[in-house]
Formats: sequence, structure tokens, C-alpha cells
Amino acid sequence: MMIRAVKGLTRRLPIIIPFFWLFVFFLTPFFIVLQISFAEFEYGQPPYVPNFRKVEGLSDFFTQLQMMTLYSYEILLSDNLYWKAFLSSLRIAAVATFFALLIGYPLAYAMSRAPRSWQPILLMAVILPFWTSYLIRIYAWKAILQKNGFLNNVLMELSVITEPLTLLSTPFAVYLGIIYTYLPFMVLPVYSSLEKIDPSYNEAARDLGASGLTAFWRVTVPLSLPGVIAGCFLVFIPAMGEWVIPDLLGGSGTLMIGKQLATELFNNNDWPVAAAVAVCMIMVLIVPIVIFQRAQESDQRRRQEEG
Amino acid sequence: MSRFSPFNAVALTFGFAFLYLPIMLLVVYSFNENDLVTVWTGFSFKWYGEMFANRGFRDAAWVTIRVALISSTVATVLGMMAAVTLVRAKVFFGRTLFTGMVYTPLVMPEVITGISLLLFFVNFDINRGMETLIIAHITFTMAFATVVISSRLIDFDMSLEEAARDLGCSRFEAFMRVTLPNIAPAVAAAWFLSLALSLDDVVVSQFVNGPGSTTLPIKVLSSVRLGVSPEINALSATLIGLVTSAVIIATIIQKTRAVRES
Repeated sequence: MMIRAVKGLTRRLPIIIPFFWLFVFFLTPFFIVLQISFAEFEYGQPPYVPNFRKVEGLSDFFTQLQMMTLYSYEILLSDNLYWKAFLSSLRIAAVATFFALLIGYPLAYAMSRAPRSWQPILLMAVILPFWTSYLIRIYAWKAILQKNGFLNNVLMELSVITEPLTLLSTPFAVYLGIIYTYLPFMVLPVYSSLEKIDPSYNEAARDLGASGLTAFWRVTVPLSLPGVIAGCFLVFIPAMGEWVIPDLLGGSGTLMIGKQLATELFNNNDWPVAAAVAVCMIMVLIVPIVIFQRAQESDQRRRQEEG
Repeated sequence: MSRFSPFNAVALTFGFAFLYLPIMLLVVYSFNENDLVTVWTGFSFKWYGEMFANRGFRDAAWVTIRVALISSTVATVLGMMAAVTLVRAKVFFGRTLFTGMVYTPLVMPEVITGISLLLFFVNFDINRGMETLIIAHITFTMAFATVVISSRLIDFDMSLEEAARDLGCSRFEAFMRVTLPNIAPAVAAAWFLSLALSLDDVVVSQFVNGPGSTTLPIKVLSSVRLGVSPEINALSATLIGLVTSAVIIATIIQKTRAVRES
């Protein structure tokens, strides 16, 4: 009896260990964030009144429940800053995703049409920037866009402009930074779905009288949609929460919610408000995240059935 | 006959120029001897000397490497277990929760992962330092390791492992002696990816690091905030060089192995 139980447990270890790890270090922290978003701010270390630290019995639980405060959420609702930061993040993420698709789709398409022997090299060339530091790639743009930076120097040299342009600390720089950083996340899924399309589909469409463009629009594009959708989510969701890019490339005028969260936490030291911002971000992002996961899972299932 | 249509040639040229020009400019200008980063005055290794002499960079690099080696190894093992579970166990209690927890860190904005772990550690009075950095890195890189390993595991023919079991291997033995060698390239890739993500991470680390556990990206971030500096250019170029050669070597090894196998 004992031995069987132990055996069953060992067999389940591959489930139990990662499950336990993620439960403790990924799921529980979200509930702590939720809990602290209801805590009261106070000057000190940590900068909030601890709640639910020691719960003694059910009545104590209810007393503690009554001590919860919605103060942080009231701040979020009453101060326009947070609304604006949320909306501006949504807009920046959406526009950047659109442009990443606009640049990434033709690139992925051209890669999938390149000679077979070229494709592994091209694929590696797209992945390589992803391996090089994220921070360094954003920093590179700082050197390019600043007042006496490369871009201004080149434009002045060519007499396109007479006065250096203000490019850094603008929304433009933030868009550019996000598109640049997340482009590989768009190209890779789009390429992998384009590459799977059987060329004979296209030939069939051409044989049936479709022009090259029509065949592309009505055969290739619909078949590549799963990759496009995955790419858009992979760009949109993390872009929405960006902190480093608006911090380094954007000015004080570029509001983004991820940056606001970091400011509350590191500069204003208001942890309950930072926690409330995080809770709101999760609530906004949970919908795209769930859609993305469903798509991933059904894709995996399809591959398993095919394989 | 040209091998690329004009449209495809333009798309490839433009796309790769966009991806590579900024990095190349950075590398070229790291050899500039001028203090002003963007004005070229002459070739010099001056800034590389300054960079290697910088104690702060050296200490931070050492912390970064230790954290990355430990966390990527643990993340790969955990990711392998999670991948086996996800690919093989079709139905079990809490499967939806489990898949959710595995895939969410892939897209979860890092500030959220960062703040949750920070508040978690503070709430349970855990001092921040190397340990919390390692825990945080394992947690967010594990998802990537899982995805890489499970995509290989899906294509693996289960009947091979069943054959080993029929021949008297225990479950564990069958996995170690039949399945693992087959998915080894993916496991190596997962480890490599986790390592790179950990070495590179700045956002999550910024939240969970403590005194004495400043990683290189955290150090770079704080100096980049102040502006562009030639020393950071030299550091960036060094890191880019290291990563590029590592990726190229890994690809060549993979290629030669694939050739030998076929």
C-alpha cells in the first residue's frame, strides 16, 4: 500500500515539481499583489501596512477584511494620469504592432520564398538580434536619435535639414524602439506559417485563372493568418507593459502604464498604488493572454494529430 | 534568371538593414577614440581598456554569469518536466491551470512578473539578493525552455520509449536512455535560450535584486539613463561579439551533427 503510494508519487514528480514551482513563484505572487493593492500606504519599510499577515480565526479574518482599503483604486480612478497612461499604452502597442506586421510580413514572405539553401541562414539572421542584449539594442537607437546623433549628422551632411531635429524623447522614438525590439517576434511565427504552405495551392489558384496578387490575397494570406495572429499577440502584449523603452527613448510626455508602475514603485515608493496599477494591467491583458493561449494549445493539438 | 524576385530582394534588404544597421553602428563607433560618441576622430582600443579596467563592470559580470548558469540549468530541468507533462498527460486535474501557468510568462509584461515577485519576497520577509534573482530568472525562463522542448517532444515517436519499457526498462530509465538522447538538441537549445534570457534580463532583475547582487544589465541601464558613453559602446560591442560567435558556433555544431546523422 505504502510502496504503491510512493511509486505513484514518484511517477507524478514531473508534474508535481514544475506545478509546485509555478504555483509558488508565479501564481501566488499575483495574489500577494492583489492583497497589497488593498493595503494602506505608510512611510516605512515596506511602505505599506501589512494585511493578512497573521490571521487568527474566522472573526479575525473578517476584521482584517474590513481593514482593507480601496484607497489605491480611488487614486487610479480620480487621477487622470493613470487613465491617460493606460490609453496611451494601448495606442502605442497597437500602432507598433501594426507597423511590426507591415515590416515583418514582407520580410517573412521573402524569407519563405528564398531558395531552400538560404533559408536557415536567413532564419538565423532574424533570430540573432533577439539573442543580443535587449538593452543594447535600445541603447543603439539612443546614439542614433540624439541631437548630435548619427541620423541628424547624416541628414545635415546631405543638407536635408539645416538644424538638428529633436528625435529622442519623442513618441516617434518609442514607436521605433518597440518595433525594432519586437520585430523578430513578428517575423518568426509569420515565417513558420508561410513556410508550411504547400506551393501547389498557389499554383492551383494561378491555373484557375487568379492573378499573382489575387492568389496571394486569397490563398497565401488566409493560410498565414495563424502566424500573423500569434505574432501580433507576441508583440502587442509585452509592448503594452514596456518600461525600459519609454524610459530610455521617450520623454516625460510619453505616458505608458508600465513606466508609471515603475515610477510609483521606485520613485514615489507608493507600493499599494503600484500594486493596483499591476492588478489593472493584468485585468486588461487577461483577455488577449487567454486568446493567445487557446490558439497556442489548439495549434499544439493539431500538430500532435498530424504528427 | 535571378534567384529573388525584385519585391523579395527589396523586402529582405530593407528588413535586414533595419535589424542590423543600428547594431553595426554601435560596434563601429566603439572603436572611436573621441570622447564624443558620434564624432569619428580615429581608430582606438582605448574604451575597451577602460571597460576591462572597470571593477564595477567586472563584479556585475560575475554576478550575472553565476545567476545565469544556475537559473538556466534549473529552468531547463523544470521545463523538461513540464514539457513531458504537457505533451503526454492528456487529462489530469488542473491541466488548464498548469498550461496557463506555463505559457503565461511568455507574454506577461516583465514589469508585472517583476512587481509580483518583489512583493512576494517582501511579504514573506525574504531578503533580496542572488537567491531571489535566481528564483525569478528560473520562473520566467522556464516557460521558454518548456516551449522549445515540447515542440521537439511532439515529433518524438512514443513507441520507441514503449519498446524500451517492454524490454524491461523502468519509466525513468526508458526516458533517460531513449527519449532524452532523442530530444537532446532541443534540451541544449532550451538551456542556451534560458541562459541568454537570464544574461540579458534587466526588468525583472531590477525589481528583485538586492544590495551586492547588481547584474551587468542593471549596471548598464543605470549608466545608459545618463546618456550615451563610449565605455558602454565598448561593452555592448564585446557582448554582441560574444553572443554572435556563440550562436554561430552552436549553429555549426548543429549542422555538422545533422550531416553526420544523415
